Amino acid sequence: MSFTVPSHLEAELDEITTHYPVKRSASLMFLHALQEHFGYVSKDAVEWTARKLGLQPINVYELVTFYPMFRQEPLGKTHVKVCRTLSCALQGSGELRERFCSKLGLDPHAHAPQTTPDGKFTVEFVECLASCGTAPVVLVNEELHHKVSSADADAILQKGKAA
Amino acid sequence: MSAPVQPAPAPAPQAPPPVETMTVKVNGKTVQVPKTHPDWQGKPQPTTMLQAARCAGVDIPHYCYHDKLPVAGNCRMCLVEFGTPMMDPATRKPVLNEDGSPKIAKSVLPYEPGTPRGAIACATPISPGMEIYADSPATKQMRESVLESLLINHPLDCPICDQAGECKLQEYSVQHGQAGSRFVEAKVHKPKAVDLGPRIVLDDERCVLCTRCIRFTKDIAGDDALGIVNRGSYNTISAFETGKFDNNYTLNTVDLCPVGALTSKDFRFKMRVWFLKESKSVCTSCGTGCNITIGSREGVVHRYEPRENDAVNGPWMCDSGRLNYKWIGRADRLREVLVRGTRSTWNAALQDLTALLSKAPAGSVAIVASARQTTEELFLLKKLAAKTGATTDSIAREGEADRLLVAADRNPNSNGARLTGIAFTEAGIRIPEIAAAIEAGTVKTLVVFGEDVTKHGIPAATLAKLETLVVSDILPNATTALATHLLPGAAHAEKRGTFVNVKGRLQKFMKAVEAPGDSRAEWEFLHELVHGVTGQNGYSTIEGLFNQMAREVPAFAGLEWAKIGDTGVDVKI
Repeated sequence: MSFTVPSHLEAELDEITTHYPVKRSASLMFLHALQEHFGYVSKDAVEWTARKLGLQPINVYELVTFYPMFRQEPLGKTHVKVCRTLSCALQGSGELRERFCSKLGLDPHAHAPQTTPDGKFTVEFVECLASCGTAPVVLVNEELHHKVSSADADAILQKGKAA
Repeated sequence: MSAPVQPAPAPAPQAPPPVETMTVKVNGKTVQVPKTHPDWQGKPQPTTMLQAARCAGVDIPHYCYHDKLPVAGNCRMCLVEFGTPMMDPATRKPVLNEDGSPKIAKSVLPYEPGTPRGAIACATPISPGMEIYADSPATKQMRESVLESLLINHPLDCPICDQAGECKLQEYSVQHGQAGSRFVEAKVHKPKAVDLGPRIVLDDERCVLCTRCIRFTKDIAGDDALGIVNRGSYNTISAFETGKFDNNYTLNTVDLCPVGALTSKDFRFKMRVWFLKESKSVCTSCGTGCNITIGSREGVVHRYEPRENDAVNGPWMCDSGRLNYKWIGRADRLREVLVRGTRSTWNAALQDLTALLSKAPAGSVAIVASARQTTEELFLLKKLAAKTGATTDSIAREGEADRLLVAADRNPNSNGARLTGIAFTEAGIRIPEIAAAIEAGTVKTLVVFGEDVTKHGIPAATLAKLETLVVSDILPNATTALATHLLPGAAHAEKRGTFVNVKGRLQKFMKAVEAPGDSRAEWEFLHELVHGVTGQNGYSTIEGLFNQMAREVPAFAGLEWAKIGDTGVDVKI
């Protein structure tokens, strides 16, 4: 499988590169753009970025592994982010995440984000989603769910399965 | 303003410019230290606290700092308490104690003046009158804390770790650490036995993240292959693709690694380092002549390590040279003296050869001596050549040079062969002449030392025409198979001697192991042979032989074995 970046995206990134005093500084913008286009940052994307910016792949790979926002694997269609910061934790976000995981057959104690084998769901514990007043909150793709109960969780799963 | 033009004075021999110094105190001892020290590239930079302490004979513990690498300042092991002379802000005059000595303000936390504020000695420049407290209670406490932090996720698997015995983590734990661990939480687990490249295995749990390996491979080897991935306590040294860390200098990262994270596949689990005998030697894989330490035990060579010599190799050596030692212990080493196919003794063989060479008519002898032989051996062979009127030459061995250490000349002693008169500017130029003379029947005796001449222009059919073929070598080959007199020689690790490298650095090397079977150092039996053939007295010690050579070979004039240091001397080539 060959890795190809569409020409309009490449042109856009070439233009972005000119905004920086050194090419290397454009690394993060490249990774954001590639993740937005491909859904994740593959090893090919890392190598492509390194080639474009005159770097070694390890220089780019360090960035990808440093920032949790960069995904090295494709995500599920429904991306469930459960908040684990204080207010949500007090309101039972731990149990909520466990419910998501066990219902989907995922390990409720795993550290990293997990994706179901069918590629429908990714469940992830994240830091504060900035809605402490309505804890516990869950971000499903781009949509924020407030005061999520067990029933709400099941509904989210139901909707995701149908998607 | 027109001054009369003065004749330019004769240029006086330039004295080195005086070294500017600064006075600091280390552990209460006043020392004068140079204002600058060379950095990793040799450029003068302000002297750091670590360097000043070294001048005072005080070693400040450190992991990430290395003289020949850019300063990173990330391990924090070299934190020390320090103080600087107090200055009256109004008068800009030093504040003095009652006894007239300058009052020192210890560095403290600005928001907590009772707490000492340490600074990393590796990256903090000294200032006049500075006091460095390298063994104060505050410094000791900082070291203890840093070590405790470094050991939090360390697996403490010293009993099975190759680095044990030469591990800075072990050494500093004993010198500066705490006896027990207070850590009761679960350790972070990281990748183990990572196949980083064809010669390197990485254990990330042992790593202290000093980044010496990253800086070496990026800045010295020019192969930006390693980096730190992940975040926080999951930080891990890694390559983009495992298994691909494969430049010709990767094994230097094993030397640099202060702990047991990077290990050599070749040496891994082979030998505990404290059993190794260390002998100072020189690498023979090319004309650079990197200084090495041979680690051997009970007659077996287990590893080469670079030995620092700034005039030659710095602290590095290439992987191909480092791993080129296994031939020394090969099972098929030549062990027996053979005369016309039957086992003989040194006495009998040398007597036979003495008789043969003594009555050989002038011009009937030729000598081909390898530029892998020591300078002393080549010198003795030249004496033999002078007596018998022999044509001599050596064999050129060319490869590709790299930008760091590897020389195009793959012989360790081409300059030794030239300076002793065995070879000419272009080694091997007289080989066709020798081959033709054998074919023509004028050369009836050929003496070959350390080369398979059948591969270098004197084919086996030509050798068959000789009456006498004297061969000394280490391993069997097509030439040794045809020898009428086979004299088993010794590897450089089995004898003492000198090589002259491509830049004219004469370096001596020491014996690490015994030569196998009946084989002997070539200079020993050459000395006997030369004595028999020429009737001249010689020396039966390497010291005497070298000093004799220094008296007779103009390029070595004035040299003495005992006065050549471990790092060699420059000779005119």
